[in-house]
Amino acid sequence: MKLLLIFLILLGVSCKTDKHDEVALKLLTVEKTQSIDVPSLEILNYASLEPYLSKEDSLTYVVNFWATWCAPCVKELPHFEKLNNQYKNQNVEVLLVSLDFPSQYDKKLKPFIEKHQLKSKILVLDDVDQNSWIPKVDSNWDGAIPVTLIYNKRKRQFYDRTFDYAELENELKQFIN
Amino acid sequence: MRFNKIITLVITAFLLSAFTNLNTPTVIQGYDIGDIATDFSLRNIDGQMVTLADYENVKGFIIIFTCNTCPYAVQYEDRIIALNNKYVDQGFPVIAIMPNNPIIKTGDNPKAMKARATSKGFTFPYLFDEGQKIYPQYGATKTPQVYLLEKTNEGNIVRYIGAIDDNYKDVKLVNTKYVEEAIEALKNGNAIEESKTRTIGCSIKS
Repeated sequence: MKLLLIFLILLGVSCKTDKHDEVALKLLTVEKTQSIDVPSLEILNYASLEPYLSKEDSLTYVVNFWATWCAPCVKELPHFEKLNNQYKNQNVEVLLVSLDFPSQYDKKLKPFIEKHQLKSKILVLDDVDQNSWIPKVDSNWDGAIPVTLIYNKRKRQFYDRTFDYAELENELKQFIN
Repeated sequence: MRFNKIITLVITAFLLSAFTNLNTPTVIQGYDIGDIATDFSLRNIDGQMVTLADYENVKGFIIIFTCNTCPYAVQYEDRIIALNNKYVDQGFPVIAIMPNNPIIKTGDNPKAMKARATSKGFTFPYLFDEGQKIYPQYGATKTPQVYLLEKTNEGNIVRYIGAIDDNYKDVKLVNTKYVEEAIEALKNGNAIEESKTRTIGCSIKS
């Protein structure tokens, strides 16, 4: 009887500890989610991305295809961020289309977005049938990144090149002036 | 004083023209289907030079521009090994060429190439395009990128340019093995259905 009591007490204690741990774990998780201030990614196949590449409203769209693993892309990204910041009140929207691998969304892409505090709209393209969608973005694109598409309802141009800020702004001005 | 000015002007003009030349992007023409591909002499990871002309009794070559550092290239490593294992005895060996400038991409330097090839057990040459002379002639823009060549009396004719297959993510979900289909068509004397395909890849670092 005494033994049973001791056993029960022990059980109670161990249960309590477990609960404590659970609560602690929950708190930790909450804290973690709060510190990573990244909204969930908008992951699209090409059919769902396509409307973003052919809008006919009053805005001019600057669409950059990039990935965290692409060094020249990462290098020019700040210029797109700056462009977005400078022109967002002038009917311009910058769209950053990430081509990161799905296995890297949590490991690399989200931390990257958080670290660099990216403000432009980010879309994630996950569509393996590249041979069919790459030429739809532009018939001259062979699939190397970065590439950029600038368009509005009057004009459309595809750039298979990298940009510094002055060059990028200069191109944009030909669409908005 | 005036002389100094002239000198300064000349030097400035010279410098400006030098920089302008540097900044002019080189237009990569490259090969199209049916063109004759150049041979080369490039150093393999074992130190030996490799030349296509040294290969006797082959029907062609699977030239693959690839590297250590591009995630797409890494994704395809096992499939490149499988391609060579399947086709080397059928007369189509894989020849891998690393086109990046290793000063920019240190992970692609010859030492790292050798280490990667050894750890993955590459069964084919892994050549270093030293000085980056060969990839522009082919017109390669990214890794991985395949050029399937057919050996003929006129030279090595480009028969296919593009991706290895149509699913970089999952080998089990591949619908079309572009390179294999092209080789099978060549072997059977049929026309290659898709002779050029496109895929996302890492731009070659120069």
